Amino acid sequence: MANLQEKIAKLSPAATFEIDGTGILQATVPAKEWHDLAKALRDDKETPMDYLVTIVGADWVESLGCIYYLMSTTDRSMCSVKVVAEGDRETPYIDSVSDLWHIAEIYEREVYDFFGIIFINNKDMRRLFLNIDWVGYPLRKDYDEDPAINPISIENERQSDNTTVYTKEDGKIVKKERAIFHHDDFVVNIGPQHPATHGVLRFRTAVDGETIKKIDVYMGYIHRGVEKLCESLQYPQTLHFLDRLDYFSGQVYHHGLCLLYEKALNIEVSRRAQVIRVMMDELSRIASHCLFMGTYCMDLGATTMLFYTLRVREQILDIFEKTCGARMTFNYACIGGVMQDIAPDFAADVKALLEVLPANIKEYNKIFTGNVIAKNRMEGVGVLSREDAISYDVTGPAGRASGWACDMRKLFPYSIYGELDFEQCVRPEGDSMARFKIHIDEIEQSAKILAQLVDNIPEGEYCVKVPKVVKLPKGQWFQLVEGCRGACGFYVESDGSTKPVRLKIAPPCLPLAGVVEHITTGNKIADLITIGGSLDYIVPDMDR
Amino acid sequence: MEVTTKSMPYSAFKDNEYIEQLVKEIQESGTNVIVGSFDKLINWGRSNSLWPLTFATSCCGIEFVSLGAARFDMARFGWEVARASPRQADFMMVAGTIVNRMVPVFRRLYDQLAEPKYVIACGSCAISGGPFRKSYHVAKGIEDIVPVDVFVPGCPPRPEAMIYGIMQLSRKIKVEKFFGGVNRQEKQEEFLKAHPID
Amino acid sequence: MENVQYPHIFDFSRITGPIHDWLMGFLPAWLTTTVECVAVGVGLLLVYALLALFYIYFERKVCAAFQCRVGPNRVGPWGLLQSFADMFKILIKELIQLNHIDKFLFALAPYLVIIASMMCFAVLPWGDGLQIIDFNIGIFFLIACSSIGVLGILLAGWSSNNKFTLIGALRSGAQMVSYELSIGLCVVTMVCLAGSMSVTDIVMAQADTWFIIKGHVAALIAFVIYMIAGTAETNRGPFDLPEAESELTAGYHTEYSGIHFGFFYLAEYLNLFIVSGVATLLFFGGWMPLHIPGWDGFNTVMDYIPTPIWFIGKAILLSYIIIWFKWTFPRLRIDQLLSLEWKYLLPINLFNLALMVCIITFHWTL
Repeated sequence: MANLQEKIAKLSPAATFEIDGTGILQATVPAKEWHDLAKALRDDKETPMDYLVTIVGADWVESLGCIYYLMSTTDRSMCSVKVVAEGDRETPYIDSVSDLWHIAEIYEREVYDFFGIIFINNKDMRRLFLNIDWVGYPLRKDYDEDPAINPISIENERQSDNTTVYTKEDGKIVKKERAIFHHDDFVVNIGPQHPATHGVLRFRTAVDGETIKKIDVYMGYIHRGVEKLCESLQYPQTLHFLDRLDYFSGQVYHHGLCLLYEKALNIEVSRRAQVIRVMMDELSRIASHCLFMGTYCMDLGATTMLFYTLRVREQILDIFEKTCGARMTFNYACIGGVMQDIAPDFAADVKALLEVLPANIKEYNKIFTGNVIAKNRMEGVGVLSREDAISYDVTGPAGRASGWACDMRKLFPYSIYGELDFEQCVRPEGDSMARFKIHIDEIEQSAKILAQLVDNIPEGEYCVKVPKVVKLPKGQWFQLVEGCRGACGFYVESDGSTKPVRLKIAPPCLPLAGVVEHITTGNKIADLITIGGSLDYIVPDMDR
Repeated sequence: MEVTTKSMPYSAFKDNEYIEQLVKEIQESGTNVIVGSFDKLINWGRSNSLWPLTFATSCCGIEFVSLGAARFDMARFGWEVARASPRQADFMMVAGTIVNRMVPVFRRLYDQLAEPKYVIACGSCAISGGPFRKSYHVAKGIEDIVPVDVFVPGCPPRPEAMIYGIMQLSRKIKVEKFFGGVNRQEKQEEFLKAHPID
Repeated sequence: MENVQYPHIFDFSRITGPIHDWLMGFLPAWLTTTVECVAVGVGLLLVYALLALFYIYFERKVCAAFQCRVGPNRVGPWGLLQSFADMFKILIKELIQLNHIDKFLFALAPYLVIIASMMCFAVLPWGDGLQIIDFNIGIFFLIACSSIGVLGILLAGWSSNNKFTLIGALRSGAQMVSYELSIGLCVVTMVCLAGSMSVTDIVMAQADTWFIIKGHVAALIAFVIYMIAGTAETNRGPFDLPEAESELTAGYHTEYSGIHFGFFYLAEYLNLFIVSGVATLLFFGGWMPLHIPGWDGFNTVMDYIPTPIWFIGKAILLSYIIIWFKWTFPRLRIDQLLSLEWKYLLPINLFNLALMVCIITFHWTL
């Protein structure tokens, strides 16, 4: 970390440094030097900071700005760079880094949508989640929430065929319009209500015959403003939203945010609670991957597979239900441990599941993976290279299918993952088939973890004593966990009160949707379904 | 008149007063024997063949998938023919949050459904906005956007609750009148008058 | 080819003949024909509708069985009335009037589709003497009629003024034109073996053994290709690209509602029956009972099972295979679909035709 600080200090002499609550180095650099610093960091010979984890926009009332979390895939070193926007509150601006990391284009749009910070030279400065005629920037502290300003309208949404680009010429910011599609493109609208978009995602697809020329992704059809809602809730209350983002990774997300709060509060969680949490994580991973396989096969036309995979999922939901009392929104992990102790026959149920799992996996392979049509549909379709996967932040099974070992359970072993014996599944091909197969591999690995723990759930308390009113000390924290669909980051900034000043959820699904255009262009419409399905995004997760 | 569905005893339904009230209202205008039996035939067809529109925005949609799966198997009741095109569907299971940006799309889907069309508000988000009610970008219930026939509470509702909800809808259809009397079309016009499109 | 004497135990001309004579007794000839046509037409419609409804139920039950489910079981005994309720509802559902469409073509398309399938339906040999018309080119007429259906689909997609339907229709057009070729060649192969295009002659030629056995290798190849092409012809999975639900919502009939959609829905299932019916006719002897040369006692017992039962039973069995395809395989992509036809099926088919000609010329038949 020390040499990282030296490196940044050499590149940007005006930088100031501090260490945040989670031990990540944070450099504050002037906005003018940011782009050059970013380029130097990314192009570093030894440890290139090639993975832009997330961009956290923030409103510090007196100023607006962003915190960029960067990671090097070579030595896992991580740092964050805080950049305060130039300009006044009306038009704050920062130089775009979308030319360095592809995913920055989407992340910057998100920050623009929430905070109104303009990114100079970003090729697509439209709002990401909200309508183009939305008044105000909702995550600013002075945002007026009066529903009369932005009323609910049943009028068709206004939309533009142009996007805006801001450039800087002679010190002045110039706004330019750029057409999204060519004027004689045949544009097919897919979604938001479409059976294959897995929710309410919308693609405007320019096609030439059946070949895709360009895709424009529209999100925000399920944008529920969770981050803003969290700012008015107490810390324990913020947890319950996480069940409703990626509703398959609810357990994992809960786990992640609890880890962050516990770190901030210096709470030591009992071993029993840790084991239970990890087991719940892995169970939900199996359930999630099962549903993925089912819906993916259904997208490809093999409906029957869904019913076979849901069989296993129902069995897991039964295990959850006995302990948590719900089938989907568990609200199980809490600050200090878990809500209730596990059901008496939890271990027996898990063992029963582990027994039937291998036979089921064998059946799935027999029905679908070995099928010649499935092979033709998936092999070599939508190839994503490792470099692009990193540049587009494609983590999780999709990233690992491109050969990028990005499992946060291995990179930053949290909870008890460091002691467990499991492998990180990586496949080099990067096509849809690899993305599909990696899910099966991961089910096997999760089963392996469960098998190690099921007989070794230690006795002890399931939840340690936590103060009635949770107050985080002043500071900021960042925590990464491995959700079912990739790395999920949580950023919390506290001013010492009972409510967070800023809670940012960096979901794995937003980059997954961001990469769709890159890997579908030039393929057939049917491949859009194959590729979109294999990326396995959950729309409420990306929209939040 | 006991309105029930096959293999569900009348007493198993919770809000029979409502249905009885509805029957009373409808029968006030009197029933012609021939027209009445026609009505019965039509309602038999409609109440037994409810095709949902595949429409899901969030968590409740996954429970709707579970509803179709082998364990709960909505095919038993003939509801499994989920149509992706609103023109061919009978009812809309609004499974999930409806946000501002989705409202026009949702309303359009409702308008595209062919008569007779029904709406089930499924889950607390669709009923009232649920946990996201205070958000800047969430519709506080879909009742202001489209007329709703059945509310199924829960977050998300269990598949059993969804089955019960659709059964209630089918019960409501069973007492409808196609010829004269209380007509859905009129009710809908009233609704549209109360919630005009600018 | 030796001529086997078929006993004609259930010859339906024995029933229809007297009725015709009785009508002729007090009506002029033209009126008799009219009355008969109307009666046959009504009967045909009835059977058509009943069979389609049965097929809808059948598919739902079969698919449920594949998916470890129960399937419809609430409406009527064992859910038998489910498809009746569905059809009844569709019948009285609103027909949505769309703006910005070609109204005439939009309304015409579903009728074209259903008429095409009905015309095919009319020439199927239901049983001994139970055939509406027996052309000398019956099988040719069948192929010709089934090609009209694609016209309806193309019109539906085009006139809806919707991009999804248009893509669906164009896919359908490409698919039908390609696979029609395979079907045609399979039929020609079998016609070679039968030596006639008349439906009755084809059935009678199988009195001793069914063609699938008589033509052995060539017939088997033709059968496999026919089943693949037939599945494609009926737009069923894995060839259901024109209505690929996960890609094009509902494909070419996205914009259709009410009974117009009902027509497409019925025709889809009836086409399934027709394709299996033709396969029965060409490979499994049509209504001809199972005869094994030499086993006279067995053959006589088989003859006592009514011929329509043979025909419908065999057709349903073949449909079961096609339904099985749909619920097992994933969908193909359009380019794979076309390359399957043009690069594989067509050359194999041509080779197979040559093989069949050899078999006949050199009397290699079994």
